[in-house]
Amino acid sequence: MADIELLPHNIPANSELPELVEELTTLNLGPTHPATHGIFQNVLKMDGEKIVSGEQTIGYIHRAFEKIAERRPYYQITTLTDRMNYCSSPINNLGWHMTMEKFLGVEVPKRAQYIRVIMMELARITDHIICNSILGVDTGAFTGFLYVMQKREEVYEIYEEVCGARLTTNMGRLGGMERDLSSTAIRKIHEFIKSFPPVLRELEKLLNRNRIFMDRTINVGSISLERALSYGFTGPNLRAAGLDYDVRVMNPYSSYQDFEFDIPVGQNGDTYDRYMVRNEEMWQSLKIVEQAINNLPEGPYYADAPEYYLPPKNEVYKSMEALIYHFKIVMGEIDAPAGEVYHAVEGGNGELGFYMISDGGRTPYRLHFRRPSFIYYQAYPEMCKGSSLSDAILTMSSLNVIAGELDA
Amino acid sequence: MLSNQEVAEELLGKFGDQVFDFEEPYGMLTLSTTREEIIPVLEFLRDHKSYQIIFLTDITGVQYPDKTGQEFMVVYHMHSFVHNFRVRIKVSIPEADIHIPTATGLFASANWMERETYDFFGILFDGHPNLKRILNIEEMDYFPMRKEYPMEDATREDKIDALFGR
Repeated sequence: MADIELLPHNIPANSELPELVEELTTLNLGPTHPATHGIFQNVLKMDGEKIVSGEQTIGYIHRAFEKIAERRPYYQITTLTDRMNYCSSPINNLGWHMTMEKFLGVEVPKRAQYIRVIMMELARITDHIICNSILGVDTGAFTGFLYVMQKREEVYEIYEEVCGARLTTNMGRLGGMERDLSSTAIRKIHEFIKSFPPVLRELEKLLNRNRIFMDRTINVGSISLERALSYGFTGPNLRAAGLDYDVRVMNPYSSYQDFEFDIPVGQNGDTYDRYMVRNEEMWQSLKIVEQAINNLPEGPYYADAPEYYLPPKNEVYKSMEALIYHFKIVMGEIDAPAGEVYHAVEGGNGELGFYMISDGGRTPYRLHFRRPSFIYYQAYPEMCKGSSLSDAILTMSSLNVIAGELDA
Repeated sequence: MLSNQEVAEELLGKFGDQVFDFEEPYGMLTLSTTREEIIPVLEFLRDHKSYQIIFLTDITGVQYPDKTGQEFMVVYHMHSFVHNFRVRIKVSIPEADIHIPTATGLFASANWMERETYDFFGILFDGHPNLKRILNIEEMDYFPMRKEYPMEDATREDKIDALFGR
Protein backbone atom coordinates (compact mmCIF):
# COMPACT_ATOMS: atom_id res chain seq x y z
CA MET A 1 0.00 0.00 0.00
CA ALA A 2 2.79 2.32 0.91
CA ASP A 3 4.15 2.84 -2.57
CA ILE A 4 0.82 3.56 -4.18
CA GLU A 5 0.51 7.22 -4.47
CA LEU A 6 -2.92 8.52 -3.78
CA LEU A 7 -3.35 11.15 -6.38
CA PRO A 8 -6.49 13.24 -6.36
CA HIS A 9 -7.80 11.51 -9.51
CA ASN A 10 -7.39 8.08 -7.86
CA ILE A 11 -9.73 8.86 -4.99
CA PRO A 12 -13.32 8.14 -5.93
CA ALA A 13 -15.74 10.89 -5.34
CA ASN A 14 -17.95 10.40 -2.34
CA SER A 15 -21.04 10.09 -4.43
CA GLU A 16 -19.71 6.97 -6.16
CA LEU A 17 -19.38 5.01 -2.92
CA PRO A 18 -22.41 2.92 -2.10
CA GLU A 19 -23.71 3.66 1.34
CA LEU A 20 -22.68 0.98 3.78
CA VAL A 21 -25.74 -0.64 5.28
CA GLU A 22 -25.24 -2.94 8.25
CA GLU A 23 -27.91 -5.49 8.61
CA LEU A 24 -28.27 -8.35 11.03
CA THR A 25 -29.45 -11.69 9.78
CA THR A 26 -32.17 -13.48 11.68
CA LEU A 27 -31.61 -17.18 11.90
CA ASN A 28 -34.12 -19.67 13.16
CA LEU A 29 -32.34 -22.43 15.00
CA GLY A 30 -35.01 -24.99 15.69
CA PRO A 31 -37.66 -25.91 16.80
CA THR A 32 -36.72 -29.14 15.07
CA HIS A 33 -33.16 -29.23 14.01
CA PRO A 34 -30.85 -32.23 14.08
CA ALA A 35 -28.21 -30.26 15.96
CA THR A 36 -30.37 -29.13 18.84
CA HIS A 37 -31.18 -32.56 20.32
CA GLY A 38 -34.70 -31.74 21.33
CA ILE A 39 -37.48 -29.41 20.48
CA PHE A 40 -36.66 -25.86 21.35
CA GLN A 41 -36.25 -22.82 19.21
CA ASN A 42 -33.63 -20.11 19.21
CA VAL A 43 -34.15 -17.02 17.12
CA LEU A 44 -30.62 -15.78 16.65
CA LYS A 45 -29.56 -12.37 15.43
CA MET A 46 -26.40 -12.92 13.44
CA ASP A 47 -23.75 -10.49 12.31
CA GLY A 48 -22.22 -12.62 9.58
CA GLU A 49 -21.07 -15.71 11.42
CA LYS A 50 -21.21 -14.14 14.88
CA ILE A 51 -24.18 -14.33 17.17
CA VAL A 52 -25.30 -10.95 18.45
CA SER A 53 -28.28 -11.99 20.48
CA GLY A 54 -30.69 -14.84 20.84
CA GLU A 55 -34.24 -15.29 21.91
CA GLN A 56 -35.43 -18.63 23.15
CA THR A 57 -38.82 -20.18 22.73
CA ILE A 58 -39.48 -23.21 24.86
CA GLY A 59 -42.54 -25.20 25.84
CA TYR A 60 -42.97 -27.28 22.69
CA ILE A 61 -43.40 -30.45 24.69
CA HIS A 62 -44.98 -28.94 27.77
CA ARG A 63 -47.32 -31.56 29.22
CA ALA A 64 -48.58 -29.79 32.34
CA PHE A 65 -47.17 -32.37 34.72
CA GLU A 66 -47.68 -30.13 37.72
CA LYS A 67 -51.36 -29.82 36.91
CA ILE A 68 -51.80 -33.51 36.18
CA ALA A 69 -50.06 -34.35 39.45
CA GLU A 70 -52.68 -32.46 41.40
CA ARG A 71 -55.23 -35.09 40.48
CA ARG A 72 -53.16 -38.22 40.83
CA PRO A 73 -52.53 -40.35 43.90
CA TYR A 74 -48.95 -40.18 45.05
CA TYR A 75 -47.82 -43.47 43.56
CA GLN A 76 -49.15 -42.55 40.12
CA ILE A 77 -46.99 -39.44 39.92
CA THR A 78 -43.86 -41.55 39.47
CA THR A 79 -44.69 -42.10 35.82
CA LEU A 80 -44.78 -38.35 35.28
CA THR A 81 -41.32 -37.87 36.72
CA ASP A 82 -39.55 -40.29 34.42
CA ARG A 83 -40.80 -38.36 31.42
CA MET A 84 -38.84 -35.32 32.52
CA ASN A 85 -35.19 -36.22 32.16
CA TYR A 86 -35.64 -39.29 30.03
CA CYS A 87 -31.89 -39.83 29.73
CA SER A 88 -31.70 -40.67 33.42
CA SER A 89 -35.25 -41.55 34.40
CA PRO A 90 -34.41 -43.73 37.44
CA ILE A 91 -32.98 -40.69 39.23
CA ASN A 92 -36.26 -38.86 38.70
CA ASN A 93 -38.35 -41.82 39.86
CA LEU A 94 -36.31 -42.57 42.92
CA GLY A 95 -35.98 -38.87 43.75
CA TRP A 96 -39.76 -38.65 43.85
CA HIS A 97 -40.05 -41.76 46.03
CA MET A 98 -37.48 -40.31 48.41
CA THR A 99 -39.45 -37.07 48.60
CA MET A 100 -42.54 -38.97 49.63
CA GLU A 101 -40.61 -41.15 52.06
CA LYS A 102 -39.17 -38.05 53.68
CA PHE A 103 -42.65 -36.57 53.82
CA LEU A 104 -44.29 -39.67 55.31
CA GLY A 105 -41.35 -40.62 57.50
CA VAL A 106 -40.82 -44.03 55.92
CA GLU A 107 -37.48 -45.60 56.74
CA VAL A 108 -36.07 -47.47 53.75
CA PRO A 109 -33.91 -50.55 54.43
CA LYS A 110 -30.23 -50.42 53.58
CA ARG A 111 -30.49 -52.98 50.83
CA ALA A 112 -33.08 -50.93 48.97
CA GLN A 113 -30.99 -47.82 49.43
CA TYR A 114 -27.97 -49.53 47.93
CA ILE A 115 -29.97 -50.88 45.00
CA ARG A 116 -31.23 -47.34 44.42
CA VAL A 117 -27.73 -45.97 44.50
CA ILE A 118 -26.65 -48.54 41.90
CA MET A 119 -29.56 -47.65 39.63
CA MET A 120 -29.10 -43.91 40.04
CA GLU A 121 -25.39 -44.07 39.28
CA LEU A 122 -25.97 -46.26 36.24
CA ALA A 123 -28.51 -43.67 35.15
CA ARG A 124 -25.95 -40.92 35.62
CA ILE A 125 -23.56 -42.84 33.39
CA THR A 126 -26.17 -43.20 30.65
CA ASP A 127 -26.98 -39.51 30.96
CA HIS A 128 -23.39 -38.33 30.72
CA ILE A 129 -22.46 -40.87 28.05
CA ILE A 130 -25.09 -39.41 25.74
CA CYS A 131 -24.10 -35.83 26.42
CA ASN A 132 -20.39 -36.43 25.87
CA SER A 133 -20.66 -38.65 22.85
CA ILE A 134 -23.14 -36.25 21.22
CA LEU A 135 -20.61 -33.52 21.80
CA GLY A 136 -18.27 -35.70 19.82
CA VAL A 137 -20.85 -35.98 17.04
CA ASP A 138 -21.22 -32.21 16.94
CA THR A 139 -17.49 -31.81 16.49
CA GLY A 140 -17.49 -34.39 13.73
CA ALA A 141 -16.70 -37.67 15.47
CA PHE A 142 -19.68 -39.92 14.88
CA THR A 143 -17.95 -43.21 15.59
CA GLY A 144 -17.56 -42.69 19.32
CA PHE A 145 -21.26 -42.08 19.71
CA LEU A 146 -22.30 -45.34 18.07
CA TYR A 147 -19.64 -47.21 19.99
CA VAL A 148 -20.69 -46.07 23.47
CA MET A 149 -24.37 -46.47 22.63
CA GLN A 150 -23.82 -50.20 22.96
CA LYS A 151 -22.94 -49.61 26.59
CA ARG A 152 -26.07 -47.61 27.17
CA GLU A 153 -27.96 -50.53 25.76
CA GLU A 154 -26.37 -52.75 28.39
CA VAL A 155 -27.47 -50.39 31.15
CA TYR A 156 -30.98 -50.43 29.69
CA GLU A 157 -30.90 -54.20 29.91
CA ILE A 158 -30.11 -53.85 33.61
CA TYR A 159 -33.09 -51.50 33.93
CA GLU A 160 -35.24 -54.09 32.22
CA GLU A 161 -34.09 -56.68 34.69
CA VAL A 162 -34.81 -54.42 37.66
CA CYS A 163 -38.09 -52.76 36.67
CA GLY A 164 -39.20 -54.23 33.37
CA ALA A 165 -38.91 -51.06 31.31
CA ARG A 166 -36.12 -49.33 29.48
CA LEU A 167 -36.75 -45.65 28.98
CA THR A 168 -39.72 -44.59 31.09
CA THR A 169 -38.74 -46.83 33.91
CA ASN A 170 -41.26 -46.23 36.73
CA MET A 171 -38.60 -47.74 38.94
CA GLY A 172 -38.92 -48.37 42.64
CA ARG A 173 -41.89 -48.01 44.91
CA LEU A 174 -42.65 -45.80 47.84
CA GLY A 175 -40.73 -47.58 50.59
CA GLY A 176 -38.20 -49.50 48.56
CA MET A 177 -37.88 -51.32 45.28
CA GLU A 178 -40.61 -53.32 43.56
CA ARG A 179 -38.43 -56.44 43.44
CA ASP A 180 -35.08 -57.60 44.65
CA LEU A 181 -32.03 -57.58 42.40
CA SER A 182 -32.25 -60.82 40.46
CA SER A 183 -29.17 -62.95 39.89
CA THR A 184 -29.29 -61.91 36.23
CA ALA A 185 -29.30 -58.26 37.22
CA ILE A 186 -26.33 -58.75 39.53
CA ARG A 187 -24.46 -60.62 36.81
CA LYS A 188 -25.21 -57.89 34.29
CA ILE A 189 -24.07 -55.17 36.66
CA HIS A 190 -20.81 -57.01 37.28
CA GLU A 191 -20.37 -57.46 33.54
CA PHE A 192 -20.99 -53.79 32.97
CA ILE A 193 -18.43 -52.79 35.61
CA LYS A 194 -15.90 -54.93 33.76
CA SER A 195 -16.76 -54.02 30.19
CA PHE A 196 -17.46 -50.31 30.52
CA PRO A 197 -13.97 -48.97 31.44
CA PRO A 198 -12.26 -50.05 28.19
CA VAL A 199 -15.04 -48.40 26.17
CA LEU A 200 -14.93 -45.20 28.16
CA ARG A 201 -11.15 -45.17 27.92
CA GLU A 202 -11.43 -45.46 24.17
CA LEU A 203 -13.87 -42.56 24.03
CA GLU A 204 -11.39 -40.57 26.12
CA LYS A 205 -8.63 -41.53 23.74
CA LEU A 206 -10.73 -40.33 20.84
CA LEU A 207 -11.61 -36.95 22.32
CA ASN A 208 -9.78 -35.82 25.46
CA ARG A 209 -6.47 -34.82 23.88
CA ASN A 210 -7.73 -34.60 20.33
CA ARG A 211 -6.41 -31.41 18.73
CA ILE A 212 -9.58 -30.73 16.76
CA PHE A 213 -11.83 -31.44 19.71
CA MET A 214 -9.80 -29.22 22.03
CA ASP A 215 -9.69 -26.37 19.55
CA ARG A 216 -13.41 -26.59 19.09
CA THR A 217 -14.29 -26.73 22.80
CA ILE A 218 -11.73 -24.84 24.89
CA ASN A 219 -12.92 -21.32 25.67
CA VAL A 220 -16.17 -21.96 23.87
CA GLY A 221 -19.37 -21.05 25.67
CA SER A 222 -17.65 -20.26 28.93
CA ILE A 223 -19.41 -18.79 31.90
CA SER A 224 -17.89 -17.36 35.04
CA LEU A 225 -18.70 -18.88 38.40
CA GLU A 226 -20.40 -15.72 39.53
CA ARG A 227 -22.73 -15.66 36.53
CA ALA A 228 -23.30 -19.40 36.79
CA LEU A 229 -24.48 -19.01 40.38
CA SER A 230 -26.66 -16.08 39.46
CA TYR A 231 -28.20 -18.14 36.69
CA GLY A 232 -28.94 -21.00 39.07
CA PHE A 233 -26.54 -23.52 37.56
CA THR A 234 -26.22 -26.80 39.39
CA GLY A 235 -24.72 -30.17 38.65
CA PRO A 236 -21.89 -30.78 36.19
CA ASN A 237 -22.35 -27.38 34.59
CA LEU A 238 -21.80 -25.56 37.88
CA ARG A 239 -18.92 -27.82 38.82
CA ALA A 240 -17.28 -27.09 35.47
CA ALA A 241 -17.38 -23.42 36.43
CA GLY A 242 -15.48 -24.22 39.59
CA LEU A 243 -17.80 -24.87 42.53
CA ASP A 244 -17.90 -28.34 44.07
CA TYR A 245 -21.59 -28.32 44.92
CA ASP A 246 -23.06 -31.79 44.74
CA VAL A 247 -26.29 -32.74 46.50
CA ARG A 248 -24.98 -36.27 47.02
CA VAL A 249 -22.23 -34.91 49.24
CA MET A 250 -23.84 -31.87 50.78
CA ASN A 251 -27.16 -33.47 51.71
CA PRO A 252 -26.53 -37.20 51.41
CA TYR A 253 -29.64 -39.25 50.69
CA SER A 254 -30.07 -42.96 50.15
CA SER A 255 -26.79 -43.83 51.94
CA TYR A 256 -24.47 -41.84 49.69
CA GLN A 257 -22.39 -41.12 52.78
CA ASP A 258 -21.29 -44.78 52.76
CA PHE A 259 -19.40 -44.47 49.51
CA GLU A 260 -16.02 -43.15 48.61
CA PHE A 261 -16.02 -40.90 45.54
CA ASP A 262 -14.60 -37.63 44.31
CA ILE A 263 -16.32 -34.60 42.88
CA PRO A 264 -14.54 -33.40 39.76
CA VAL A 265 -14.38 -29.63 39.38
CA GLY A 266 -13.48 -27.54 36.34
CA GLN A 267 -12.00 -24.07 36.14
CA ASN A 268 -13.22 -22.12 33.17
CA GLY A 269 -16.81 -23.22 32.82
CA ASP A 270 -16.31 -23.76 29.12
CA THR A 271 -17.46 -26.60 26.91
CA TYR A 272 -14.25 -28.55 27.39
CA ASP A 273 -14.51 -28.34 31.19
CA ARG A 274 -18.10 -29.48 31.10
CA TYR A 275 -17.06 -32.40 28.95
CA MET A 276 -14.19 -33.29 31.28
CA VAL A 277 -16.32 -33.00 34.43
CA ARG A 278 -18.93 -35.35 32.98
CA ASN A 279 -16.25 -37.70 31.82
CA GLU A 280 -14.72 -37.93 35.28
CA GLU A 281 -18.13 -38.25 36.89
CA MET A 282 -18.72 -41.41 34.90
CA TRP A 283 -15.62 -42.93 36.44
CA GLN A 284 -16.77 -41.87 39.88
CA SER A 285 -20.25 -43.26 39.27
CA LEU A 286 -18.74 -46.54 38.21
CA LYS A 287 -16.71 -46.53 41.42
CA ILE A 288 -19.89 -46.03 43.45
CA VAL A 289 -21.70 -48.81 41.58
CA GLU A 290 -18.80 -51.14 42.23
CA GLN A 291 -18.72 -50.33 45.95
CA ALA A 292 -22.47 -50.68 46.26
CA ILE A 293 -22.76 -54.02 44.46
CA ASN A 294 -19.82 -55.49 46.37
CA ASN A 295 -21.14 -54.38 49.74
CA LEU A 296 -24.81 -54.99 49.02
CA PRO A 297 -26.37 -55.57 52.45
CA GLU A 298 -28.64 -58.50 53.11
CA GLY A 299 -32.16 -57.92 54.26
CA PRO A 300 -35.50 -56.78 52.94
CA TYR A 301 -35.69 -54.60 49.85
CA TYR A 302 -38.75 -52.70 50.97
CA ALA A 303 -39.82 -50.91 54.10
CA ASP A 304 -42.26 -52.25 56.60
CA ALA A 305 -44.91 -49.72 55.63
CA PRO A 306 -47.98 -51.72 54.65
CA GLU A 307 -50.14 -48.63 54.14
CA TYR A 308 -47.85 -47.42 51.33
CA TYR A 309 -46.08 -50.45 49.91
CA LEU A 310 -48.13 -52.96 47.92
CA PRO A 311 -48.26 -56.31 49.73
CA PRO A 312 -46.86 -59.42 48.00
CA LYS A 313 -49.42 -60.87 45.61
CA ASN A 314 -49.72 -64.26 47.32
CA GLU A 315 -50.49 -62.47 50.59
CA VAL A 316 -53.30 -60.57 48.89
CA TYR A 317 -55.05 -63.86 48.07
CA LYS A 318 -54.64 -65.25 51.56
CA SER A 319 -54.80 -62.48 54.14
CA MET A 320 -57.52 -59.95 54.78
CA GLU A 321 -55.16 -57.11 55.82
CA ALA A 322 -53.09 -57.50 52.68
CA LEU A 323 -56.23 -57.46 50.54
CA ILE A 324 -57.47 -54.29 52.23
CA TYR A 325 -54.14 -52.53 51.83
CA HIS A 326 -53.85 -53.68 48.25
CA PHE A 327 -57.27 -52.28 47.47
CA LYS A 328 -56.67 -49.00 49.29
CA ILE A 329 -53.31 -48.38 47.67
CA VAL A 330 -54.47 -49.23 44.17
CA MET A 331 -57.58 -47.10 44.50
CA GLY A 332 -55.47 -44.26 45.88
CA GLU A 333 -57.37 -44.04 49.11
CA ILE A 334 -54.32 -43.53 51.26
CA ASP A 335 -54.32 -40.00 52.58
CA ALA A 336 -51.08 -38.20 53.27
CA PRO A 337 -50.85 -35.81 56.21
CA ALA A 338 -50.96 -32.07 55.61
CA GLY A 339 -47.65 -30.32 55.28
CA GLU A 340 -44.96 -29.32 52.85
CA VAL A 341 -41.61 -30.74 51.93
CA TYR A 342 -38.72 -29.93 49.64
CA HIS A 343 -36.36 -32.68 48.68
CA ALA A 344 -33.54 -32.51 46.19
CA VAL A 345 -31.47 -35.18 44.52
CA GLU A 346 -28.48 -34.86 42.25
CA GLY A 347 -30.02 -35.47 38.86
CA GLY A 348 -28.08 -35.94 35.67
CA ASN A 349 -28.06 -32.20 35.10
CA GLY A 350 -28.04 -30.86 38.62
CA GLU A 351 -30.26 -30.32 41.58
CA LEU A 352 -33.58 -31.95 40.82
CA GLY A 353 -35.96 -30.67 43.47
CA PHE A 354 -39.49 -31.68 44.41
CA TYR A 355 -41.53 -29.14 46.34
CA MET A 356 -44.74 -30.76 47.49
CA ILE A 357 -47.57 -29.25 49.45
CA SER A 358 -50.24 -31.57 50.81
CA ASP A 359 -53.55 -30.50 52.29
CA GLY A 360 -54.14 -33.93 53.74
CA GLY A 361 -55.79 -35.51 50.74
CA ARG A 362 -54.93 -38.35 48.46
CA THR A 363 -53.20 -36.15 45.91
CA PRO A 364 -50.71 -33.29 46.31
CA TYR A 365 -52.27 -29.87 46.71
CA ARG A 366 -49.39 -28.46 44.74
CA LEU A 367 -46.35 -30.14 43.33
CA HIS A 368 -43.51 -28.19 41.80
CA PHE A 369 -40.53 -29.70 40.08
CA ARG A 370 -37.31 -27.76 40.26
CA ARG A 371 -35.91 -28.82 36.91
CA PRO A 372 -32.22 -27.96 36.52
CA SER A 373 -32.36 -27.70 32.71
CA PHE A 374 -35.18 -25.20 32.84
CA ILE A 375 -33.27 -22.93 35.16
CA TYR A 376 -29.85 -22.94 33.55
CA TYR A 377 -30.95 -22.95 29.93
CA GLN A 378 -31.85 -19.26 30.22
CA ALA A 379 -28.13 -18.49 30.36
CA TYR A 380 -27.67 -19.85 26.85
CA PRO A 381 -27.95 -16.57 24.89
CA GLU A 382 -25.42 -14.96 27.19
CA MET A 383 -23.06 -17.91 26.83
CA CYS A 384 -23.08 -17.96 23.05
CA LYS A 385 -23.06 -14.21 22.52
CA GLY A 386 -20.21 -13.28 20.21
CA SER A 387 -19.41 -16.85 19.28
CA SER A 388 -19.99 -18.42 15.91
CA LEU A 389 -23.01 -20.52 15.10
CA SER A 390 -21.09 -23.78 15.09
CA ASP A 391 -19.73 -23.01 18.56
CA ALA A 392 -23.21 -22.20 19.81
CA ILE A 393 -24.31 -25.70 18.79
CA LEU A 394 -21.50 -27.14 20.87
CA THR A 395 -22.38 -24.96 23.83
CA MET A 396 -25.95 -26.15 23.75
CA SER A 397 -24.98 -29.76 23.47
CA SER A 398 -22.50 -29.51 26.34
CA LEU A 399 -25.16 -27.96 28.58
CA ASN A 400 -27.14 -31.18 28.13
CA VAL A 401 -30.53 -29.51 27.97
CA ILE A 402 -33.12 -32.27 27.93
CA ALA A 403 -36.32 -31.05 26.31
CA GLY A 404 -38.56 -33.16 28.53
CA GLU A 405 -37.06 -31.71 31.65
CA LEU A 406 -36.99 -28.20 30.24
CA ASP A 407 -40.69 -28.15 29.49
CA ALA A 408 -42.08 -30.63 32.04
CA MET B 1 -23.31 -25.08 60.95
CA LEU B 2 -25.89 -22.35 60.78
CA SER B 3 -28.96 -22.90 62.91
CA ASN B 4 -32.50 -21.94 61.98
CA GLN B 5 -32.78 -20.07 65.26
CA GLU B 6 -29.81 -17.86 64.48
CA VAL B 7 -31.06 -16.81 61.06
CA ALA B 8 -34.60 -16.31 62.34
CA GLU B 9 -33.36 -14.00 65.12
CA GLU B 10 -31.19 -12.05 62.73
CA LEU B 11 -34.15 -11.56 60.37
CA LEU B 12 -36.43 -10.55 63.23
CA GLY B 13 -33.84 -8.07 64.43
CA LYS B 14 -33.55 -6.53 61.00
CA PHE B 15 -37.15 -6.65 59.75
CA GLY B 16 -39.14 -6.80 62.98
CA ASP B 17 -42.77 -7.74 62.50
CA GLN B 18 -42.42 -7.71 58.72
CA VAL B 19 -41.23 -11.33 58.95
CA PHE B 20 -43.59 -13.73 60.66
CA ASP B 21 -45.02 -17.28 60.74
CA PHE B 22 -41.72 -19.02 61.42
CA GLU B 23 -41.87 -22.78 60.98
CA GLU B 24 -39.48 -25.68 60.47
CA PRO B 25 -41.18 -28.34 58.32
CA TYR B 26 -38.67 -31.17 57.87
CA GLY B 27 -35.91 -28.98 59.25
CA MET B 28 -36.14 -26.21 56.67
CA LEU B 29 -36.54 -22.71 58.03
CA THR B 30 -39.80 -21.34 56.62
CA LEU B 31 -41.04 -17.83 57.09
CA SER B 32 -43.45 -15.38 55.57
CA THR B 33 -43.01 -11.77 54.69
CA THR B 34 -44.89 -9.06 52.86
CA ARG B 35 -44.46 -8.10 49.26
CA GLU B 36 -43.04 -4.74 50.27
CA GLU B 37 -40.25 -6.48 52.15
CA ILE B 38 -39.56 -9.53 49.98
CA ILE B 39 -36.83 -7.96 47.87
CA PRO B 40 -35.04 -6.42 50.89
CA VAL B 41 -35.23 -9.80 52.67
CA LEU B 42 -33.78 -11.66 49.67
CA GLU B 43 -31.10 -9.03 49.27
CA PHE B 44 -30.27 -9.08 52.97
CA LEU B 45 -29.80 -12.85 52.93
CA ARG B 46 -27.81 -12.78 49.72
CA ASP B 47 -25.46 -10.02 50.81
CA HIS B 48 -25.10 -11.16 54.42
CA LYS B 49 -21.36 -11.49 55.07
CA SER B 50 -21.41 -14.68 57.09
CA TYR B 51 -24.59 -16.44 55.92
CA GLN B 52 -23.95 -16.06 52.19
CA ILE B 53 -27.32 -17.44 51.15
CA ILE B 54 -26.43 -16.54 47.61
CA PHE B 55 -28.25 -19.18 45.61
CA LEU B 56 -31.85 -18.89 44.51
CA THR B 57 -33.00 -22.47 44.17
CA ASP B 58 -36.56 -21.95 43.13
CA ILE B 59 -39.51 -19.61 42.79
CA THR B 60 -42.99 -20.98 42.47
CA GLY B 61 -46.60 -20.09 43.10
CA VAL B 62 -49.45 -21.65 45.03
CA GLN B 63 -53.12 -20.77 45.01
CA TYR B 64 -55.42 -20.91 48.03
CA PRO B 65 -58.78 -19.83 46.60
CA ASP B 66 -60.52 -19.97 49.99
CA LYS B 67 -58.19 -17.61 51.82
CA THR B 68 -59.80 -14.26 51.15
CA GLY B 69 -57.24 -11.54 50.61
CA GLN B 70 -54.40 -14.09 50.40
CA GLU B 71 -55.47 -16.11 47.40
CA PHE B 72 -52.00 -16.44 45.93
CA MET B 73 -48.65 -17.23 47.41
CA VAL B 74 -45.18 -16.96 45.94
CA VAL B 75 -42.63 -19.30 47.48
CA TYR B 76 -38.88 -18.68 47.29
CA HIS B 77 -36.27 -21.30 48.14
CA MET B 78 -32.75 -20.13 48.87
CA HIS B 79 -29.58 -22.01 49.65
CA SER B 80 -26.23 -21.19 51.21
CA PHE B 81 -23.46 -23.45 49.95
CA VAL B 82 -21.05 -22.29 52.65
CA HIS B 83 -23.28 -23.41 55.51
CA ASN B 84 -25.43 -25.91 53.62
CA PHE B 85 -28.42 -23.96 54.82
CA ARG B 86 -31.77 -23.72 53.09
CA VAL B 87 -34.53 -21.23 53.73
CA ARG B 88 -38.04 -20.94 52.33
CA ILE B 89 -39.76 -17.57 52.15
CA LYS B 90 -43.44 -17.14 51.41
CA VAL B 91 -45.33 -14.08 50.33
CA SER B 92 -49.12 -14.01 50.20
CA ILE B 93 -50.84 -11.65 47.81
CA PRO B 94 -54.52 -10.94 47.17
CA GLU B 95 -56.19 -11.86 43.90
CA ALA B 96 -57.58 -8.34 43.54
CA ASP B 97 -54.08 -6.85 43.48
CA ILE B 98 -51.95 -9.63 42.10
CA HIS B 99 -48.60 -7.86 41.99
CA ILE B 100 -45.22 -8.59 43.51
CA PRO B 101 -41.84 -7.02 42.81
CA THR B 102 -39.45 -8.97 40.63
CA ALA B 103 -36.27 -10.59 41.91
CA THR B 104 -34.56 -10.42 38.53
CA GLY B 105 -32.44 -7.54 39.78
CA LEU B 106 -30.89 -9.86 42.35
CA PHE B 107 -30.73 -13.17 40.52
CA ALA B 108 -30.53 -13.76 36.79
CA SER B 109 -32.22 -17.12 37.30
CA ALA B 110 -35.37 -15.46 38.63
CA ASN B 111 -36.24 -14.42 35.07
CA TRP B 112 -37.68 -17.70 33.84
CA MET B 113 -38.88 -18.86 37.23
CA GLU B 114 -41.05 -15.76 37.46
CA ARG B 115 -42.21 -16.14 33.88
CA GLU B 116 -43.26 -19.69 34.66
CA THR B 117 -45.12 -18.55 37.76
CA TYR B 118 -46.85 -15.86 35.72
CA ASP B 119 -47.67 -18.37 33.01
CA PHE B 120 -49.26 -20.78 35.48
CA PHE B 121 -50.96 -18.44 37.93
CA GLY B 122 -51.06 -14.99 36.38
CA ILE B 123 -49.01 -13.44 39.16
CA LEU B 124 -47.57 -10.16 37.88
CA PHE B 125 -43.97 -9.50 38.74
CA ASP B 126 -43.49 -5.74 38.66
CA GLY B 127 -40.33 -4.62 36.92
CA HIS B 128 -39.72 -7.92 35.16
CA PRO B 129 -37.90 -7.24 31.88
CA ASN B 130 -39.88 -9.69 29.77
CA LEU B 131 -42.97 -10.90 31.55
CA LYS B 132 -44.74 -13.13 29.05
CA ARG B 133 -45.80 -16.76 28.88
CA ILE B 134 -43.03 -19.26 28.68
CA LEU B 135 -44.38 -22.82 28.51
CA ASN B 136 -47.88 -22.21 27.19
CA ILE B 137 -48.85 -20.52 23.97
CA GLU B 138 -49.17 -16.77 24.08
CA GLU B 139 -52.75 -16.79 22.85
CA MET B 140 -53.91 -18.64 25.94
CA ASP B 141 -56.41 -16.50 27.81
CA TYR B 142 -56.40 -18.16 31.21
CA PHE B 143 -53.90 -19.30 33.80
CA PRO B 144 -54.03 -23.09 33.83
CA MET B 145 -52.66 -23.91 37.27
CA ARG B 146 -55.42 -22.05 39.02
CA LYS B 147 -57.78 -24.29 40.91
CA GLU B 148 -60.86 -23.14 39.01
CA TYR B 149 -59.67 -24.99 35.92
CA PRO B 150 -60.27 -28.68 36.56
CA MET B 151 -57.92 -31.21 35.07
CA GLU B 152 -60.57 -33.23 33.30
CA ASP B 153 -63.47 -32.34 31.10
CA ALA B 154 -66.40 -31.57 33.40
CA THR B 155 -68.94 -32.78 30.85
CA ARG B 156 -67.76 -36.35 30.93
CA GLU B 157 -70.13 -38.69 32.67
CA ASP B 158 -68.17 -41.93 32.58
CA LYS B 159 -65.77 -40.85 35.29
CA ILE B 160 -67.62 -40.40 38.53
CA ASP B 161 -65.38 -38.79 41.10
CA ALA B 162 -67.01 -40.53 44.02
CA LEU B 163 -66.05 -43.90 42.62
CA PHE B 164 -62.44 -42.88 42.57
CA GLY B 165 -62.39 -41.40 46.05
CA ARG B 166 -62.15 -37.87 44.74
